[in-house]
This record gives sequence, C-alpha cells and structure tokens, in this order.
Amino acid sequence: MNTFTIARKELNSYFRSPIAYGVMAFFALISGYFFFVAVEFFVRRGMESAMMGQSVPMDMGDYIIRPLFSNISVIGLFLIPMITMRLFAEEKRTGTIELLLTSPISDLEIILGKWLGAMVLYLAMLAISALSLSVLFIYGHPDWKPILVGYLGLVLQGGCLLALGTFISNCTKNQIVAGVAGFATMLLLWVLDWASSFGTSVVDKVVSYLSVLQHFDTFSRGVLDTKDIVFYLSVIFVGLFLTARSMESLRWRA
Amino acid sequence: MIKVEGLTKRYARKIAVDNISFEVEKGQIVGFLGPNGAGKTTTMRVLTCFLPPTAGKASVAGFDVLEQSLEVKKRIGYLPETPPVYPEMEVREYLEFVGRIKGVPVADLAKRVSEVSEKCAIYDVSKTLIGKLSKGYRQRVGLAQAIIHNPDVLILDEPTAGLDPHQIIETRDLIKGLAERGEHTIILSTHILPEVEQTCERVIIINKGKLVAMDTVANLTSRLRGAETVAVEIAGADGSPDEAPDLAIVQRKLEQVAGVSRVLPKEHRDGKLQFTVESLEGRQIRPGLARAVVESGWSLNELHAVGLSLEEIFLQLTASPEDARQEEAIEAAAAGSPSMSAGEAK
Repeated sequence: MNTFTIARKELNSYFRSPIAYGVMAFFALISGYFFFVAVEFFVRRGMESAMMGQSVPMDMGDYIIRPLFSNISVIGLFLIPMITMRLFAEEKRTGTIELLLTSPISDLEIILGKWLGAMVLYLAMLAISALSLSVLFIYGHPDWKPILVGYLGLVLQGGCLLALGTFISNCTKNQIVAGVAGFATMLLLWVLDWASSFGTSVVDKVVSYLSVLQHFDTFSRGVLDTKDIVFYLSVIFVGLFLTARSMESLRWRA
Repeated sequence: MIKVEGLTKRYARKIAVDNISFEVEKGQIVGFLGPNGAGKTTTMRVLTCFLPPTAGKASVAGFDVLEQSLEVKKRIGYLPETPPVYPEMEVREYLEFVGRIKGVPVADLAKRVSEVSEKCAIYDVSKTLIGKLSKGYRQRVGLAQAIIHNPDVLILDEPTAGLDPHQIIETRDLIKGLAERGEHTIILSTHILPEVEQTCERVIIINKGKLVAMDTVANLTSRLRGAETVAVEIAGADGSPDEAPDLAIVQRKLEQVAGVSRVLPKEHRDGKLQFTVESLEGRQIRPGLARAVVESGWSLNELHAVGLSLEEIFLQLTASPEDARQEEAIEAAAAGSPSMSAGEAK
C-alpha cells in the first residue's frame, strides 16, 4: 500500500516536471525515426523484388520488428539515467528524505515505490512505440506473439537498468552526478556488448553474459529463454538490494 | 514519554552528542537549547529514528528507537530544520500524501487534512503549489505535516528559523496552541533564547555535545543567581524635577536597608533617580526598600526584581574557557547597565 503511495507520488512529480515529457518526446522522435527507416527499407525491398519478378517471402518480423526492438533497447540505455537520476538524489538534496525515513514505512517500501514509479514512466514511454507498431497491423498481418515477447524483454531490461539507476541515484546528493554516473554505467554495459562479439575465451563468455543487451537478443527474436529472464530478474534484485544497502549506510554515516 | 540514557553519537571524526541523558514527561514542552553545532539536530534525528545512536538508549513512549523504530515513528511528528516539502505538489495533495505514509486511515484522511490545514492556517492555500509559497507558509505546511497523524510526540527542529518577526509570533502561538490541549509532548530546538522563555516549560541546554543544564526556566534563573537584583526608581515627593532628592542621600538610605549588599546608581533624569540594588544571598529586600523610600518622603515610581535573563544563563553555561574573558566583559556590562537585562526580563 505504502509502496503504491510512493510510486504514485514519484509518477506525479515526473509529470509535473519536464523530465517525463522530455524523455517521452525524445523517445518518440528516435524510435519513430528508426521505425520509419525500417518500414521504408522493407517497402523498397518489397517493390524491388516484385519488379524483378521474384516473389521472395518477406517477413515483417525480420525486417521491421526485430531491428526496431534492438534499437529501442539501446535507446532505453541512454534514456534510463534521465529517469532515475532524480529518484533519491533530489530527496537527499532538499531534505525530504528525512520525511520518508522518519515515517512508519520500511526502506523496502520506499525503494520499491520509487522503482515502480520509474517503471511506469518507462512503460508509458514504451507505449509510444507500440503506437507505431500498431500501424503494421493495419496494413499487414505480423505475428503478434514475438512482439509480445519483445515487449516483455524490453520491460525486463528496463527494469534492471532502472534498478541500477536507482542505486546510483541513492549514492549521491547531486542529480547531475547521478545522471552522469548512470550514463557512464549504461555506456559501459553497451561497450560490454561489443566486446563480447569477438573472442571465445572464458573471459569473453563472462563479459558476454554480463552484457545486458546480449540477453535481449533472444527476446527480440521472439524467443522466451528462462536463462535470460533469470538474468534480468537477478539484476533487478541486485540493483534494488544495493539500493537498500546504500540507504542503510546513509543512516549510519549521515 | 521520552527517555534518553547515555546517548552518544559519533561521526567519523567528531563526537556530535556525548553521553546525554534526559527524560521528558507527557504533555510537556521542552526547549532544546544550544549554539549552532551543539548536537541538537543530531539528538533529534536519533529520537526520530533517522540516525541510529552509536551508544546509549533512547525510547519514545516505551519503544526503543533502534529495536522498535516502526512503533516510534508512528508516534512521532517531526519537522526538520528545512520543512520537507515537495515544491511540485499542491498543499492539500502533499498533506494527503504524508497522511498516507504516516498511516492515517484512508477514510479519515480528508477530514484530518482539513483539520490540520485549519489549525495551521493554511486552508486558504490548499490548492497552491508548495513551490510558490512564502517561507512562513512553507513552515506552517511543515508543521501541518508533522501533526497530521496526531502524534503523541512532536519534535520541531528550529521551527522559527528564517521567519520574519510576525511569522515567528504566529508559529509560536501555533506551537503553544498545540501544547495547551496537552495532547502532544513537544521538544523544540532553537538557539533563539526568548523563544524558550516564551514557549517552553523546561529547558535542556547542550553545548558541544554535552548536557549542560536541564531545569525549568524559573529554576535555572534562580539557581544561577542566588542573590536578588532589584531595579528601583525614586522621585521627589510631588514628582517635580526641582524637588528631586539628592543622589548621595538616597543611595546612603538604600544601603542601610537590611540585606542590601550593593547599590548602583544608574540614571538621573528629570528628577527621577534610578538604582540597581543587589541583595545578599537569599535575602528579600523589596519590602524593606519600599518602606525606606516611603518613610523618607520620596515617591517610589518603580520597584521590580530583575531576573537573570535566559540569555545570560546561556552564555554562562556554554562559554568555553577561552570565552571567559568575553564572559567577564558581559558580566561587567550587565552590572554597569542593568537597564538592558531589566528590559529583557520584562
């Protein structure tokens, strides 16, 4: 109950500040552009093959949906620090954290509430991309199941990045520091993804396993793999657990 | 209601609170007094379960702040130094939010919010964004927030800091009003002394993390100065400037009153003579003085006891050795121009 109260409050303040609108507008612009490029490519290829008299079967999933999901997962990487940077940093700066910590609610409820609030904003953001995908259903018959799996993957990936961002925001009083540190972390995760593409040594395998984007690959293909689901859920847990620890250390240090 | 035993809070390099013990009974208003950095806020933060103590115990309504913090938090209303408000929220919305997380039943929420808004005189701004409120209003919203769940104990950290004189009076009245019904036990910290004199029944003075004194305002005053100091104003029989009695004669007359140790002439203006008379330890000199003046045929314009103001007590108690010289200077100034302390005592 308290968790939802906090979540509602977070969501409220997102939509009363320019953050929510900025993030959503930016996302709509970039994801819309990628969608447009993918659709255009698909249409051109279709026309070309028709003109050449071949009727190669073409799949919207391969040409539009999969690349779009991969792109969205990378865009998410860069927008998530903007969502999470204020979560705790702002409360610590203005001192409102004292109100939360002296209220009869547990740390867990506070952390979960904040994470949930950020999650809802992230979902609202994803919903914008669903708008463009729905256009495909008007002109064709794409398979809806892999789309659903793709979205599940995005939600899980977003959840774990938001959990990490929440932790980072709890480590500082300064929103900008939280934002930059969050951004650096996300960048690192992105680079891990490149590094994992070459080499087959044990180190490479570990690095590849750690890459958050790597685990999204199966989802974007429409495959539900428990290995990846477990990975995401455990990262969410670790992120929120670290936040709880950091919150406790705040009490002992402050 | 509140019990603190041997409370110590150590930060990385310095001790903020050093072995403090005190008790506060139900329904009391206690002033927590000390210079900046004395450890007032730290003690309050321990009591509100924001910080755990390094050593010692603290309990509120019988619940330990460390072991049963949830129970303690339910019973405490806390106003930190800067009111913990969200500028992007409307006043009413904010109070509803706080009410929810403080565990006010949803059914009573609207009623409670209206009640505290009324009490704290913020009803007219219910629909205003907190970010647009003036500092005084924000402080009152902070106070409303602290009492929304009708807590047994109210902890207010410098509730009047940064307010203009008008707002200070309003806030004090508000606090006094809360205490009058005896529902709340209030601890308020401040470094403004008149505030304690005007609102608190008991004073706890701490300095550099140590408890210096703990008593009622009246007891503290008398304890620190056993002897009585009296201000006297004397004029000629019909009060006209021409018939003013001679200063030396009057002084000699006053010195002869039983129990008087010292008579200091203060001011001589328009035929009115002012003196500060100090008594010997534990002697009542006012009746004697009055009789002496009247018997001599002069008129007694004024006769009142000059209490030691809290300000002086505070300075005496919290002065460090290197401040001793400064303290002496203050003493001398107080003795030389008692009009200052007399004015404050009123």
